[in-house]
Amino acid sequence: MNEVCFKNLDQKDPWSLKTYEANGGYSVWRKILKGELTPEQIIDELKTSGLRGRGGAGFPTGLKWSFMPRNADMQKYVVCNSDEGEPGTCKDRDILRYNPHSVIEGMAIGGFVMNATKGYNYIRGEFMEPFYRFEDALKEAYAAGLLGENLDGSSVSFDLYAHLGAGAYICGEETALLESLEGKKGQPRFKPPFPANIGLFGMPTTINNTESFASVPDILANGGQWFADIGVENSGGCKLFSVTGHVNEPANFEVPMGLPFKDLLEMAGGIREGRTLKAVIPGGSSTPVLTAEAAMAMTMDYDGIEKAGSMLGAGSVIIMDDSTCMVETLTRLAHFYYDESCGQCTPCREGTGWLYRVLKRIMDGNGKADDIDLLMGVQDKIMGNTICALGDAAAMPVESFLRCFREEFEYYIEHGKSMVKG
Amino acid sequence: MISTKAKKQIDAWVAKYPEGRQSSAVMEALKIVQAENDNSLTSDSIQAVADYLDMPGIAAAEVATFYENYNHKPVGKYTIRFCHNISCMLNGADDLIAHLEKKIGVKTGDVTPDGLVNVKKVECLGACVGAPMFQIGDQYYENLTADKIDEIVDGLK
Ligand SMILES: Cc1cc2nc3c(=O)[nH]c(=O)nc-3n(C[C@H](O)[C@H](O)[C@H](O)COP(=O)(O)O)c2cc1C
Ligand code: SF4
Ligand code: FES
Repeated sequence: MNEVCFKNLDQKDPWSLKTYEANGGYSVWRKILKGELTPEQIIDELKTSGLRGRGGAGFPTGLKWSFMPRNADMQKYVVCNSDEGEPGTCKDRDILRYNPHSVIEGMAIGGFVMNATKGYNYIRGEFMEPFYRFEDALKEAYAAGLLGENLDGSSVSFDLYAHLGAGAYICGEETALLESLEGKKGQPRFKPPFPANIGLFGMPTTINNTESFASVPDILANGGQWFADIGVENSGGCKLFSVTGHVNEPANFEVPMGLPFKDLLEMAGGIREGRTLKAVIPGGSSTPVLTAEAAMAMTMDYDGIEKAGSMLGAGSVIIMDDSTCMVETLTRLAHFYYDESCGQCTPCREGTGWLYRVLKRIMDGNGKADDIDLLMGVQDKIMGNTICALGDAAAMPVESFLRCFREEFEYYIEHGKSMVKG
Repeated sequence: MISTKAKKQIDAWVAKYPEGRQSSAVMEALKIVQAENDNSLTSDSIQAVADYLDMPGIAAAEVATFYENYNHKPVGKYTIRFCHNISCMLNGADDLIAHLEKKIGVKTGDVTPDGLVNVKKVECLGACVGAPMFQIGDQYYENLTADKIDEIVDGLK
């Protein structure tokens, strides 16, 4: 446990340059500055490591980095996505608070590999404590000659800045994030073109999640195979899981991929006294809900969670016990997506409104017999028909809640009250 | 309209972006100006930010209305931003919000008569392991209970 992003966690001032370097930090970056590592070697190690994007989509990081036109004669950018807004997710906040230098080093390495001399870390506007920690770490890194131009007399340069958001979940979507970084409304762009060709300020750009960047230095220090061996097939390494909801000891855990869910639940202190497990959302609010039975048989890796019927997403494990009203829970999530839709595409803008209003009317005791079919129809019309994945993220919980807990919705519609809470 | 101090702060942000890309600083500039003007924005202050950053007023206005962290109506000296999303809800956020409303005597969205506080329900603030939680200013308050809330609110001056 806690082998990579969280390995400094129990040490004195874990966020300081001193602690980071005492744990081998910046050794890879210094090797690069001495000319001892090539971009090709780094990409190979990352591919071997099996590291997949930790922001939700799980795209292999090594492959993503290899797509950048590194020899194109223009400014290129590396951008870190610290917008962390997916309900249930709170791991990047702790990486920024306790291990900011791992993000800086990971981004600097990315800059070298992709020949990008500038980077921005987009931190959500509410994360002021993490922002100040990151800013302090930047100052330390500049003072130590680890950031800036022609570092250590080499031809390598990397400048890094922190940018703050202003409250919009959609800015976590990578192209909305770029719009926001350009000082505009956070509305996702059509793809293609992909950011690797036309990204920030129209220049080639690669965007990765905070945890993805923070994992890179240790992978290169210890070798891609070392990381791959921590995890299981198709899911290299370890992963941070935020375990929240109805558990005794909610917390972030960095554990090997492939850990049985029931072990993770136990690490979080298990279900509260006198209660039983009812449902689990394994990857953040946008991923399908699972019944207790499906969850208890699942392992925590990309394939294991998919086999159980959901997705690893951002690794945000939301635990619900038998006191949970699934109608109320879904209504809250539907409200969230309705609120956060940027309004650009009709299926998402109108569909999320429909989903919320129909669920609200069920909650108000005015549900109609065919409301379940209506909800299923609306979510189906959104799914796959929008510019960005927020549409799918709004649809998937609806489909899975209705499929796994249909009788609770039927009961609410028929009796005008919750089957669980009365 | 924009104080010298605020201009200096905005300039520090502008310096982070490439030449000619000063509008990237608009989100922070709006926050800085908002903080100086009783925590809310007016069409005049938005225009002043746009002028300072040499961008169209409408572009700044779009940003000011798109993002959640800007206020366009008077708010209290302190806004208590209470998370009511899933992990906080599962941990009793709704009851605690009701408790807080009773404690300060006004509903979510309204400002106390002395202008001190208002409560706003917000979406996940990325601190779900500390649910239930709220934010006041830059600070997060986690693992809230009714007693803890009373203590925090009593400390607001
Ligand atoms: C609605 C929406 C919200 C997202 N929010 C985040 C986020 O908060 N943090 C994040 O890293 N990725 C988020 N993503 C995923 C990003 O678009 C992108 O895939 C990711 O940052 C890429 O980095 P990775 O390959 O390292 O995972 C979001 C996607 C969508 C559609
Ligand atoms: S799917 Fe929704 S959030 Fe995404 S671009 Fe379309 S309207 Fe905006
Ligand atoms: S759900 Fe409340 S902080 Fe995440």
